[in-house]
Formats: sequence, structure tokens, C-alpha cells
Amino acid sequence: MRVSMDIELKDVPGQLLLALNPISELKGNLISVVHHHENHTPRGLIPVQVVFDIKQENLDAVISRLEESGVEVARVGEERFLEHIAVILIGHIVHTDIQDTIDRIDRTGYAEVVDLSLSMPRIENPSSAYLKIDAVGKKELKDAISLLKSVAAEKDLLIIEPIETELT
Amino acid sequence: MKTIRASIIGFGAVGQGVAKVLLQKADYLKDIGIDLKVIAIVDSQGAEIDTEGVDLSAALSRKRTDGRVGLENITGLEVIRTIDHDVVIETTPTNIETGGVGLENMLAAFEHGRDVVTSNKGPLAMKYRDLAKAARSAGSTFRFEATVGGAMPIINLITDVLAGNKIISVEGILNGTCNYILTRMMEERASYEQMLAEAQELGFAETDPTYDVEGIDAACKLVILANAIFGMDATYKDVDVTGITKITPESLILAEDSGYVIKLIGEVKKDLIRVAPKLVPNGHPLAVGGTLNVASVQTDLAGTVTITGRGAGSIETASAILSDIISIYKK
Ligand SMILES: NC(=O)c1ccc[n+]([C@@H]2O[C@H](COP(=O)([O-])OP(=O)(O)OC[C@H]3O[C@@H](n4cnc5c(N)ncnc54)[C@H](OP(=O)(O)O)[C@@H]3O)[C@@H](O)[C@H]2O)c1
Repeated sequence: MRVSMDIELKDVPGQLLLALNPISELKGNLISVVHHHENHTPRGLIPVQVVFDIKQENLDAVISRLEESGVEVARVGEERFLEHIAVILIGHIVHTDIQDTIDRIDRTGYAEVVDLSLSMPRIENPSSAYLKIDAVGKKELKDAISLLKSVAAEKDLLIIEPIETELT
Repeated sequence: MKTIRASIIGFGAVGQGVAKVLLQKADYLKDIGIDLKVIAIVDSQGAEIDTEGVDLSAALSRKRTDGRVGLENITGLEVIRTIDHDVVIETTPTNIETGGVGLENMLAAFEHGRDVVTSNKGPLAMKYRDLAKAARSAGSTFRFEATVGGAMPIINLITDVLAGNKIISVEGILNGTCNYILTRMMEERASYEQMLAEAQELGFAETDPTYDVEGIDAACKLVILANAIFGMDATYKDVDVTGITKITPESLILAEDSGYVIKLIGEVKKDLIRVAPKLVPNGHPLAVGGTLNVASVQTDLAGTVTITGRGAGSIETASAILSDIISIYKK
């Protein structure tokens, strides 16, 4: 499962490493860390948001190890992809490494390709693909689309997005 | 009764449509107090001139049988400069490189204090500012509803009917040829090339279809909207344009399976003028088929207003020209 966790760290060196250790010890896969250095909590702690993938049965262990090492766990939630978009790609999608195209979206951590249908008429003809992309928020979805656009430009693929009114 | 003297410069599909519509609506025009006399009709080969009013039926049949409207060896520019009249109906071919003869005609008309009603996009897509300025300093009226969306009343809708609203964006299908080709590709599961050939056979696409299928025509219309409605100073070169030539039948089917159609959508708003194929949800107001045009205007007070109509055709385009003429001279 993908977990988003708000933790609070003391403002001294080494705290972040301390907080991230239990996640890797329990085979979690860190997706993103957002450090809000400028917003101290009333108690003088620094809020940090971490997102990671982990087996469900290991989550409780992560939380107790964090608390044992003095890290405040303020909120734990399952990360949900709230925004969705469909796009069509046309061109030499397979020849230009479709896996790489998908990976570049998935590697953002905030968006992923959740569905893909590919239609290849003949080997030398351009193929068409329908992609569904999920992202954690509106801004992240926009960012994922601009990323996909630059990948498409690089690989000379035509990208067809939904009309604006669909996005809002 | 007010007598309005007009010239028709350019006597092709649209110019002849105007003559037909003026014949058909002569009584109606008199009823609303307009006695419209066409004092000259000009095509590329010459002119027919009669300061008492050209016989429009005779001019139409002469054009049909002889291929030319008249024997007078005089150009549109000379007519505009030398013969006294109120309004120039400018329907010469669109030229988006220089604005062409249309640009010269319009500027000359304003120089002589005449009003201009036109369907010719070229001059407006290239030199809107200059034209608007020339019209203003001459005290002339400049109307060009027919340049965008043919019979679909987009410009007058925004400037007259929606007056007072702030226009946030305009988005829609502004080229009937592309809409026809995409609609037919979907229906027949056929390739772009096949359906382009069909459109050419039926007269919906030109022999050289570049101007339509590469999105240039839609881009010019957006530029006119950008300048006239959003007060920009844009030319065709400021538009981000992608056409429909790369669309595959497979992509249309994939889109359909997920509840979408693919349409060539033009979009103009602050800092953005773009033409590109887009996914439109089935049943969305912009998902119109065939050769239809459609536009959604997003406003601050009225919300979104969507209109659809025939974007081209001789009589349809003449209808937009007629309504511009009436709105200038009706008291
Ligand atoms: N057709 C539509 O549905 C439609 C819709 C919206 C806007 N428009 C625009 O309206 C304009 C007219 O379109 P159209 O379809 O009527 O084009 P068209 O059938 O090609 O007619 C153009 C006319 O202009 C004449 N012409 C060419 N050069 C001339 C010159 N130097 N002086 C005087 N006349 C000249 C031509 O003369 P000849 O007859 O001697 O060749 C012809 O009569 C174009 O700018 C077009 O983009 C057309």
C-alpha cells in the first residue's frame, strides 16, 4: 500500500535520517519527502510529509519504531490518487520504448499510469495508445501531463488531451 | 427609407450568395427601411457597374454562363476609390501571407469613409490593428461576423448579446472540413486519407486541403477572435497549431471505447491561442458531428454559452454578411 505520513522532527541535524531508517529497515520504498522547514509547529518541531510504499502488515512496526526513536507521528493515511486523466498517444509508441514512457510518469511518485490500451495496425504504421493517469492532486496531474508532453515531444508522438472543461 | 449603396468585391461562392440573399430579402429590407442598391460587382476579370443599381439576377446568370460578371475593365480598388457608395462587401479570396488584395480593398474603403462588411479572414488575421485603427479614424463601421464560423453568430453574440460580460475563454470547432473528416473516420473506421478523398469528392475539402487540415483556417479564426474580443495584437504566427493529419482510426476507436470523440478544437483565452486535436466527452456540447461548427463562450456573468451552426456554405456565409449589413443600417 502507499502511505502518506506527516511526522514532526526536532530541529537538529540527523533527525531526517533517523526518521527514514525504519521505513527502509522494513522494506518500505520511499516515494517522496517534503520538508516544511519554514513552518515550525507550536512546539518548535519541523513538519515533514513522507510518502512510501510498504506491505500493510509492516506499517504498524514502522510507526512504533518511529515513536521509539522520538519522532512524532502526527497523521497516517493511505495515499489515494484523487485526480484522473485520459490521454491518447499516436506515433511510434512501441519503437520509442513504451516502458520508458510509462516509467517516467510512475517515477514522479505523485502520478502513475494505471491503464493502457495499445492498438498497432501494422508494424510500419503509427500505433495508437489510450493511457489513464492517476495523480495525488490537481497540481500533480498538471505536472504529470507536462512531463508526458515533453516525453512525447522528444519521441515525436502526438498527444491528445481532454478539453479543459473536463479538468476543472 | 434609407438608400444604401453597396459594392460587392469578389463574386465567387460567397459574393454570389450575397447577391442571391439580397434578391430574396429585398422586400424584407424595404420593410425595415433599407433600400439596398448594389452599384458595382467585381470579380478577378472585370466589373459590372450601374450607379442606379445592378440587376442582380442578370449578373448571377452572366457569371454562371460566361464565367465573368461584367465587361468593364476596372478593378475592385478603382471601384472603391472612384464610385460613390456607403459599404464595401469584401469577399475576395483569403490570403494569409500578406492579407492580399482584400487588405488593400479594406484600407482603401476606410480611406474613402466607406463601411466594410467582409467574410475574408486574411486581412484580419494579418493586420487587425491597422484595419481597426483605419476604420476608427475614418468613422467607418467594420463588421466581419462571416469570417469566423460562417453562419454561426459568434462575434456579434459576444459583442452585442453578451455585452457587459467579461469573456474568459472561447473554445470550439471552427473548421467544418476537419470535423467532417474526423466524424467520417469514426463512422467508417477508415483512414484519414480515405475520408479526405471522400470530403474532396463531396466538395467539403479543397483540392489542396492543407489550409483546413493543418489547422491554419481554424488558427486564423482564433486570431480574429483574439484581436476583436480579447483585444490582443496577435497574428496567425502566434498560434500554437496541430492539425488532424496524424489522427489514426485506431485512436478514434480507443477514444470511443472510453466515452470520448476526437475533435480539432480551437481555444483562445488570456495568453493562449491554440488549435489541437482534443478528447471531447460523448454528449458534451462541443461533441457535434458532420460539418457543423460549435463554440463555447465562457463568461463571468452568463456562465458558459454554447452555439452551433453551419460554418461555411455560400448562402450560410451570406446570411452572416446580411445580418452585419442590417445591424449597421437599421435604425
Ligand atoms: N465559401 C465559404 O463557405 C466561406 C465561408 C466563410 C468565409 N469565406 C471567405 O470568403 C471569401 C470568399 O470565399 P469564396 O468561397 O466565395 O471564394 P471563391 O469562390 O474563390 O471566390 C473568390 C472571388 O473573388 C474574386 N477575386 C479574386 N481576386 C480578385 C481581385 N483581385 N479583385 C476582385 N475579385 C477577385 C474571384 O474572381 P473570379 O470569379 O474571377 O475567379 C471570385 O469571384 C474568402 O476570403 C473565404 O475565405 C468563405
